Amino acid sequence: MNKALEIVTSNKMTFEQKVINLARYAESTIDVLEKSDRIKEYLENGIVCDLFEGNAPYRPRYILPDYEKFMKTGSKFLELEPATNIFEATNNLLIFYKHVPSITTMPVYLGNIDYLLEPYVKNEDEAYLAIKLFLKHIDATITDSFCHANIGPKDTKAGRIILRVMRELQLPTPNLTLKYDETTSDELAVQAISTGLITAKPSFADNRKFEKDFKGDYGIVSCYNGLKVGGGANTLVRIRLRKLSLQAKSIEHFFETVLPEVSEEVLKYIDLRSKFIVEESNFFESNFLCTEGFLAKEKFTGLFGIVGLAECVNNLLKAEKQEDKFGYSAIANELGIRVVSAIEAYIKGHKTPYAGEFFDNTHLFHSQVGIETDEEESPGCRIPVGQEPEIFDHIIQSAPFHKYFPSGVGDIFVFDETYKRNPEAILNIIKGAFKTDLRFFSYYCTDCDVVRITGYLVKRSEMEKLDRGQIVLRDTEALGKGSRDNGKALDRRVRN
Amino acid sequence: MEKHLIEELETKRAQVVKIFKFSNVDGPGNRMAIFFQGCNFNCKYCHNPETIPFINPEVKLMSVKDIMDMLGNLHYFLEGITVSGGEATLNYEFISELFKEIKGKYPNLTCFVDTNGSLDLSEAKFEQLMNTTDKFMLDVKAWDHTAHESLTDMANKIVIKNLDYLIDLNKIYEVRVVVLENEIFGSEETVKNVSEKIKNTDIKLKLIKYRPHGVREEMKKELRPPSVKKMERLRDISLEIGVSGVQII
Repeated sequence: MNKALEIVTSNKMTFEQKVINLARYAESTIDVLEKSDRIKEYLENGIVCDLFEGNAPYRPRYILPDYEKFMKTGSKFLELEPATNIFEATNNLLIFYKHVPSITTMPVYLGNIDYLLEPYVKNEDEAYLAIKLFLKHIDATITDSFCHANIGPKDTKAGRIILRVMRELQLPTPNLTLKYDETTSDELAVQAISTGLITAKPSFADNRKFEKDFKGDYGIVSCYNGLKVGGGANTLVRIRLRKLSLQAKSIEHFFETVLPEVSEEVLKYIDLRSKFIVEESNFFESNFLCTEGFLAKEKFTGLFGIVGLAECVNNLLKAEKQEDKFGYSAIANELGIRVVSAIEAYIKGHKTPYAGEFFDNTHLFHSQVGIETDEEESPGCRIPVGQEPEIFDHIIQSAPFHKYFPSGVGDIFVFDETYKRNPEAILNIIKGAFKTDLRFFSYYCTDCDVVRITGYLVKRSEMEKLDRGQIVLRDTEALGKGSRDNGKALDRRVRN
Repeated sequence: MEKHLIEELETKRAQVVKIFKFSNVDGPGNRMAIFFQGCNFNCKYCHNPETIPFINPEVKLMSVKDIMDMLGNLHYFLEGITVSGGEATLNYEFISELFKEIKGKYPNLTCFVDTNGSLDLSEAKFEQLMNTTDKFMLDVKAWDHTAHESLTDMANKIVIKNLDYLIDLNKIYEVRVVVLENEIFGSEETVKNVSEKIKNTDIKLKLIKYRPHGVREEMKKELRPPSVKKMERLRDISLEIGVSGVQII
């Protein structure tokens, strides 16, 4: 059947999902990027993957508008004045969100929503109602859980109300991260953890590390990507390292030929895609987010992603036994570091006009969480699901990788329900993890309906609807089902 | 073999059955939990009876230094350390030494002792243990001495004495009572009396459901797991008496 007709007549998609898929299909019929033969080959054999971003990118992949500025100035284009009370504040934001594009067509970043709303929290009952309506509205209209809000680091009334409402609603969208540092009260942190044990969010980000990398303001967006507020990322292209490693005759061959060649092609391809957005799509010239100063071109960069480091290392070492594999053997872990530091050097050495001046004209390195169709490629630098060591050893093993990935890296830990009686224990673990160089920490509880798949959140009950052939509201539920079935994403080791 | 073991112990090593680097059920926060071999009680419902004999050639001998070495990076992740057993206080010299080292090197870590309360902690020889231990977690197996003897083969006079002594010193984190359905073992009486002692304090009461898992076959026969109703009733009794935190496990 004709692809467009197939979309139009589907009984598995909502109306909105059909419109988005038709737009994607239309984009796929034009071919405007002058790809090298080499990158075409890598894309075809699956060593390189552009995550189906499309043939003619017409908006950056990840966009982080300066919401603080919006709250102060309102928007001429949207004919919005600055809010004077909590209902106007949440309403203004909801209107604004509908005009923030991204690769999913929906916003991947909603701002530090506690700080944005705190000035309007005058009466707590009223604020509770406004925030509950606000969060319910977001979940039901931004039907893609790559949408991410931030709170913290400081304790606010709005932040506590947000956590309370999230515990009550137990919805996947928006994803939430608490920017955590020594100024965060233990009380707020423990409330956040208790919330996470019910609804799998917030994750914890080490605020000091991200602030340093982004020289101040940053946001955690999509799964766990650190990016600059007022900017974002034009594109994300990734290497499947396991697949790549199969092309190497030896470790030396991998480092001398295989890795440098593909890295160069990926960097050129990131430039090519970014160039089209910057120079051809007119996004930066015409979109009100740019013309009203909520976004600045120089704060955008490109992301160079990797998946399957564990399998790559195991292949290169021909490791069969657990103790020789990535995550266990010092030799394997060191080889992992060698791979990521080699790629980092290529990225840093590649100056390009298509990465903003803010980033010194370089792209950023990203430990990508994988997609549902990946085969035997563990997310980024993670130890494969099912092979995880004891939690302390797991954290100590993964911590050295975190410094390479300002734009996103992290593990997910699953705790049993005994932790609900002692959430302080998880705070101790997070504090220790951040002291030993981890920058990001996610978790959920065995008995949650909302669970974290690879970075985004999904309701188990909605995946079960899909299993029964029913239509579901959020597109991420289909992705979650794929990762659950193909990637063992829900079989992580339970910590008890 | 046994002679060799005893010599080792005299050189300040202790028999350590196991160590959990992370435990969330042995006191507040995330704790390293150390389980020692050897217990002077012989509880019918003991779920790890292999830790009861005073000598067990199978287990590891560890020095204070061995444990301190483990705390290298680990201490960043911990609220504190808890020693348990077997009966931890039988190793009081070792534990005092360990806690002294920990307090010197990692003053933020709290040191807890999980005990059956069988040794009179007011005796002079426990002075260093008392000085270095932040809080105790005390098991009260039964209030009635006949029931206690029947359950543990030992008297409970010292246990009750320790309960009073430690309450006066504000050294108890929680009291634990294992609840059985068989009222012959006096769970209800125990909960009532313990509750009276700890009411209006911040001492928690943990009501532990007896579970047959790991219990010796010959003992299992006479023990019955409590009903949910009984657990809830005991919790309510305790709350009514004025205990601030009651938990059913």
